[in-house]
Amino acid sequence: MSIESQMREKLLIALEPTRLDIINESELHAGHRSSPGTGNSHFRLLIVSPVFAGKSRVDRHRLVNTILADELAGSVHALAMKTYAPGEQLT
Amino acid sequence: MSSQDVNDWIRKQIANHDVVLFMKGTKQFPQCGFSGQVAQILGYLGVDYQDINVLDDMSVRDGVKAFSNWPTIPQLYIKGEFQGGCDIVREMFQDGSLMQVLDEKGILYDKSKLMA
Repeated sequence: MSIESQMREKLLIALEPTRLDIINESELHAGHRSSPGTGNSHFRLLIVSPVFAGKSRVDRHRLVNTILADELAGSVHALAMKTYAPGEQLT
Repeated sequence: MSSQDVNDWIRKQIANHDVVLFMKGTKQFPQCGFSGQVAQILGYLGVDYQDINVLDDMSVRDGVKAFSNWPTIPQLYIKGEFQGGCDIVREMFQDGSLMQVLDEKGILYDKSKLMA
């Protein structure tokens, strides 16, 4: 299973998102100083989930980081994210 | 440094400086785009901040992740309080809540730069 589908499965189970975009941006960072060059290092997430309602941005990010702790300890080196509860304006 | 020493050192940095940015590279020479974005925002606002280059010391790089319970760099502290990483700081800048935090905590910045 690719790291991307592994992350998708974990996020789908934990957050029951109504929208989940996972964009692999590793290519954009290939060759930069600390880039491992694995093709699985830099990801961008957009998540809309009811689980985020009433939570601060820091708490939302911590929750995602906890769900993906294994990936972050492994090949995922950067994880940009936008987190929304349903009904919040997407920016 | 031992992990206890690192924790003490980090605690001292965020106690002694109103605004601290743990980053890859320096404010003059960021070595990662995410760190660079936060340095750009703080620079634009004219905030006086202490930059700490985590690439200089592996124990600080790992230590600040554990200290903040946050797995990535950059990390911004204001008056000893963890604010977030690049995405959060950028969103706080965009929606004005970063300036609100600076106001509430009495940190000076250049308001003339901001649109009304």
